Amino acid sequence: MLAERPAAPCKAPTGIQGLDEITGGGLPVGRPTLICGTAGCGKTMLAMEFLVRGATQFGEPGVFMMFEENAAELSANVRSLGFDLEKLAAQNMVLLDYVHIERSEIEETGEYNLEGLFIRLGHAIDAIGAKRVVLDTVEALFSGLPNHAILRAELRRLFRWLKDRGITAVITGEKGDATITRYGLEEYVADCVIVLDQRIAEQICTRRLRVVKYRGTAHGTNEYPFLIGERGFSVLPITSLRLDHKASTARVSTGIARLDEMLGGKGVFRGSSVLVSGSPGTGKSSIGARFVDAACGRGENALLFSYEESSAQIVRNMRSIGIDLEPWIERGLLQIHASRPTLHGLEQHLVMMHGAVRAFHPSVVAVDPISNLTLEGHDLDVKPTLMRLIDFLKQQQITALFTCLCSGGGATPEDSQLGVSSLMDTWMLLRNVEFNGERNRTIYVLKSRGMAHSNQVREFVLSDKGIDLVDVYVGADRVLTGTARVSQETHERTAAEMRRLAHHRRLVRLAGRRKAIEAQIAALQVEADSEAAEVNFANAQQALQEQTTQQDTQAMERLRGAGAAAGGGNGRMKERQFPT
Amino acid sequence: MTLLARAAPATAAAAAIFELRLYVAGETAKSIAAIANLKRICETHLAGKYRIDVIDLTKTPQLAAGDQIIAVPTLVRRLPEPVKKILGDLSNEVRVLVGLDIQPARA
Repeated sequence: MLAERPAAPCKAPTGIQGLDEITGGGLPVGRPTLICGTAGCGKTMLAMEFLVRGATQFGEPGVFMMFEENAAELSANVRSLGFDLEKLAAQNMVLLDYVHIERSEIEETGEYNLEGLFIRLGHAIDAIGAKRVVLDTVEALFSGLPNHAILRAELRRLFRWLKDRGITAVITGEKGDATITRYGLEEYVADCVIVLDQRIAEQICTRRLRVVKYRGTAHGTNEYPFLIGERGFSVLPITSLRLDHKASTARVSTGIARLDEMLGGKGVFRGSSVLVSGSPGTGKSSIGARFVDAACGRGENALLFSYEESSAQIVRNMRSIGIDLEPWIERGLLQIHASRPTLHGLEQHLVMMHGAVRAFHPSVVAVDPISNLTLEGHDLDVKPTLMRLIDFLKQQQITALFTCLCSGGGATPEDSQLGVSSLMDTWMLLRNVEFNGERNRTIYVLKSRGMAHSNQVREFVLSDKGIDLVDVYVGADRVLTGTARVSQETHERTAAEMRRLAHHRRLVRLAGRRKAIEAQIAALQVEADSEAAEVNFANAQQALQEQTTQQDTQAMERLRGAGAAAGGGNGRMKERQFPT
Repeated sequence: MTLLARAAPATAAAAAIFELRLYVAGETAKSIAAIANLKRICETHLAGKYRIDVIDLTKTPQLAAGDQIIAVPTLVRRLPEPVKKILGDLSNEVRVLVGLDIQPARA
């Protein structure tokens, strides 16, 4: 981050999680660094870890010169962090030297100097070829030696001497009232000063670290929470984490098929963060359990942090909805870390999570619920803590599910999300709907970044067969769930059947009427036909009568034998006969 | 560079032999002054009842840890117990005598 310029001083990596990020690579090589703080804030631990990690990780032997504890005590103290000083001492990687000054034994007369200390330290350095030295804490000399004028002059010479020998030194010092250290050691050690601090807020102690000064290089200037865990010191630099995590397009099932369907049919993105919020008893934990269950079912590692129930209780309770987590635990696919949120400060929880994630390499993590973490801190603190956790998980490409309890009486559950919803990629809201003398659960997807997602409210059903989502009844003016939905559905089915029957009956009736009309049409046709026949008959009759009449007339004319008109009469007759 | 001056144990009361070690670093002015001062004081007040080892830490640095030496010169009274340490070039005779818990010899 910072060491790219050639002029920048070389850094000796501490190997301590986070500290190298803040200091841009470690402590200044060949220079003394002052670590100061109040009693019990971890000065010795930090110094010791610097030395041990130097020996084990960076191949730099170190001398630990202690003025307060003896070697056996110190070895015992750091064994809890997994540091085996005796083994390192046997390998000549670490040399412990206990300098003890008993004030009551000492009398001064005349001039002296601390050459004895120089010789001891020089001898120790030469014995193992040390590159690193810790003096913990030289301030003890001030109470052991009466002549502070000599002591100050000699300490100045000592730090100069260490610099000249190119030793990277860590000097610890007790915090003073007005000054950084009680005896003003910062006057002599001016290259790098780190202040440790511990503060109690609401009965919970949080340790913090700050790089006050780092000559010749930029450094993180904020206060960073740190803790001393099972794996040693860890500092949590929030600002050194950048938003540069990869964005996977792979999808991860939530374990609930219908829920995946609501999320574009494929579930959430790998490495994304999912918030499931809801009032008490809406089934948040069940969704969380199903989520890890599904991951284990795919053969992936899953980690569940529980702040409400113990591991055994979760296993028992989830069995009642058909989720059996026990086989996964036995097969080592699932780890449940259950603790009370008040057990540690937020930062410590965070570090525990970090540690567990680093050790177990899960592909999914569920935290149930994050809202409990606020019990022991201000909401203000929760957001950055979660931000760090989410960023960390994203960088590891771990899909995370967080449940969050909304306060029961809240009018809008959207409001009570600890302000963390903006950190989340997918937010599902569970709600209780009380209607018709019963309570039912509903679920909907409030947001889901980067994917099409359903806008529908679904009913969320927990049964001994597991979790399922059912379409709610959405009528013209209301949404029904539970038995109301079932009764409404039955009602609708009956109504539909009735309509079907009525329709059939009407069809039958219409068909009958048509048949009747057709019959009438046929009768009329017959009538029409007979009318037509009548007309033909009348015509024929008429023609026959006319013919007969003419024949009669002609016959009459022939009989009468009319002379005068005979010619004419003949002609007309010929014409007339022709058409008949 | 070991000086030895041993007196025969005469009586039970006088049997208290002062076993002294003087730690120095090289032959500096302070070292030389301290050695000279110590010899003078012992001869004056502890004649025949003392033994002095002078240890040069520049030659045997590993011996510094044993007596928890940080300052030089340091005079360590190993016997009689309890252990006493006197820092400095021993130029103030009275303070050396107080530090070593020695009754000044009446001169």
